[in-house]
Amino acid sequence: MLSILTQPQFIASAISFSVILLLGTLGELLTERAGHLNLGVEGMMLLGGAIGYYAAVTTESLPLALIAACLGSGMGAFMYGFLTVTLRVNQNVTGLALTMFGMGLANAVGSKVAGTSTPVSIQAYFEYQPFHIKNPANELIAYIDRAFLSHDLYVYLTILLAIVMTIFLFRSREGLALRLTGENAAAADASGIKVTRIKYMYIVIGGMLCGLGGLYLPLVQQGSWTDTITAGQGWLVVALVIFVRWHPIKAIFGSFVFGALSILGYSVQLNTTLAKMPIFNQFIMSMFPYILTIIVLVITSARKKAWGGPAEIGHAYFREDR
Amino acid sequence: MKKVLSIFLAILMIAGMAAMAGCGEKKDDVLKVGVIYISPEDDGGYSQAHAEGIAAAVAKYGDKIEIKPVANIDDADVTATNNAIDNLVNEGCKLIFTTSYGYMDPTVAAAAKYPNVKFCHCSGYEMNDTNMDAYFGQIETARYLSGIVAGLMTKNNKLGYVAAFPIPEVIRGINAYTLGALSVNPDVTVQVVWTNTWFGPNEEKAAAEALLANDVDVMAQHQDSPNAIEAAEAAGKYAIGYDLTYAGAPNAYLTAPLWDWGVYYSYKIGQVLDGQWKVENYWGGMKEGVAKLDNLSSLVSDEAKAAVEAAKPSVTEQGNAFVFAGPIYDQAGDLRVSEGTSMTYEEQMSMDWFVKGVIGELPS
Repeated sequence: MLSILTQPQFIASAISFSVILLLGTLGELLTERAGHLNLGVEGMMLLGGAIGYYAAVTTESLPLALIAACLGSGMGAFMYGFLTVTLRVNQNVTGLALTMFGMGLANAVGSKVAGTSTPVSIQAYFEYQPFHIKNPANELIAYIDRAFLSHDLYVYLTILLAIVMTIFLFRSREGLALRLTGENAAAADASGIKVTRIKYMYIVIGGMLCGLGGLYLPLVQQGSWTDTITAGQGWLVVALVIFVRWHPIKAIFGSFVFGALSILGYSVQLNTTLAKMPIFNQFIMSMFPYILTIIVLVITSARKKAWGGPAEIGHAYFREDR
Repeated sequence: MKKVLSIFLAILMIAGMAAMAGCGEKKDDVLKVGVIYISPEDDGGYSQAHAEGIAAAVAKYGDKIEIKPVANIDDADVTATNNAIDNLVNEGCKLIFTTSYGYMDPTVAAAAKYPNVKFCHCSGYEMNDTNMDAYFGQIETARYLSGIVAGLMTKNNKLGYVAAFPIPEVIRGINAYTLGALSVNPDVTVQVVWTNTWFGPNEEKAAAEALLANDVDVMAQHQDSPNAIEAAEAAGKYAIGYDLTYAGAPNAYLTAPLWDWGVYYSYKIGQVLDGQWKVENYWGGMKEGVAKLDNLSSLVSDEAKAAVEAAKPSVTEQGNAFVFAGPIYDQAGDLRVSEGTSMTYEEQMSMDWFVKGVIGELPS
């Protein structure tokens, strides 16, 4: 088992699989920190992916593709925000509706460019590996290079984003305002924080991050569009946010673990001893991330009284209720 | 007033329906052909090969036929499949091709439900005496030849195979490929990873990367997307495709076992147009032209080219009987096909064991 987990190629694939999850998690984390549970991650990832990829193929410009992905998923998130913040509709139902809406619209847009590969000019951006070491001096450096340093800029920027977001959340005034909004919107309101504005802002930014994650899938990882390309990764994100306890730094490691779990099955098949064990059945293995999430939930709820998440998550805020 | 209005609306609806019914009758001399695909028609693989075959039949018969394609129907989703078939029948299709294995049971049911419609199901074994055909081809012939290429192009004798489902069709392909490779290089092994999906670009890529991490230097696949080839290209290794030629990996692509479904679709649609429909179990091979090996790319060595040319005549002439001729040993080393005999059609259709040389588990 250890021999699989320490293969540099395995670590590298796990990292590249985890980028999408990490971006989605960071986005959903912001949304939930504002007190809103958005179950529409899958839909927003698909919207960002499809609209961004459509722009990528038609304009052959990476900046336009990124902007289109943000607009697509941001639009979905804005609709969610309008329904749940302004109209105070049930958040779970709205999120589920957003997933279905996003899936339908994304597949309609995506089908226009299905069968077309990512333009070569855009591929070139992702072939650039800023930290890659061309002539490693020894085995160890070669190993580190293969596992951790042979990735594109998108990967490193995403990790950097997680670090920046941690500082923002826990070391800045604005971050405090965001956290307070999710913990106790009435108190935030009383202290002069513009609750509605904060909620809208982070719901939309959160949606955009999900969309950027969704874009990585057709643009880089697969190189083409297929219907419902996320295949449930949006749901993994919802579990991941709980798994990492709403903390951006932990999200880096959490999404790496989930990414590794999602590809572990293939390596296990190549190991003749492990492949015979019933626990490593492929279908059982696909349950591992969710089982892990449940375990974390059980442990933390046994340890603390509160569940650890933003206190008012899922609740609509009525100023008049105070 | 309300009464008058409702009577008027009722008359309007009846008139409308009558008018539409008239529309349908006018085009009665055109044969409407329904086709159900598991993935998009431009998936760059399996479905595209079928779609190109249908296009070839259209080119041949022109406006004598009208094609009604339905793409992206999950073959594990019985309801979706039934609905797709019902819709095609309602639209007036008299001949329906269901192109994926999982459509088999719904097609059997539909054939019983619609005796006036003819059904052809691809890659299964069920058929009936009146209106349901089974069709597939001896793609193993081309797989065997591609195995020869792999056997001579590998440097470390480690071949990899990304495989969809542990069913006889896929197992036959893996065995044929392995036998082909072993025929020119007795030291090769073939490692198999199952993805449990026909069309799952991400799973296919992850499976290929797991194989590459295990030092495989020639990748082969039984999947509908070209992502295993892409993974090999990214890792600087060789790859063998499936279904369609692939231009996206110039430094990896060696060749691919290909389908030319145009041969079959033209033949079958022609039967129906001429009123010569007969139920059969179509199983053409390289001789008929349904299965073929893609042109060898410029990466392929002269030695491998010569070996393929040497084997081609017998493979073409004898088909799968040549590929699965004894002696063949299984993974445990037991003799399964003795010398001088060849596996029967039934034995091939129910193949559930790997030949010696394959490394991989068949889930029980």
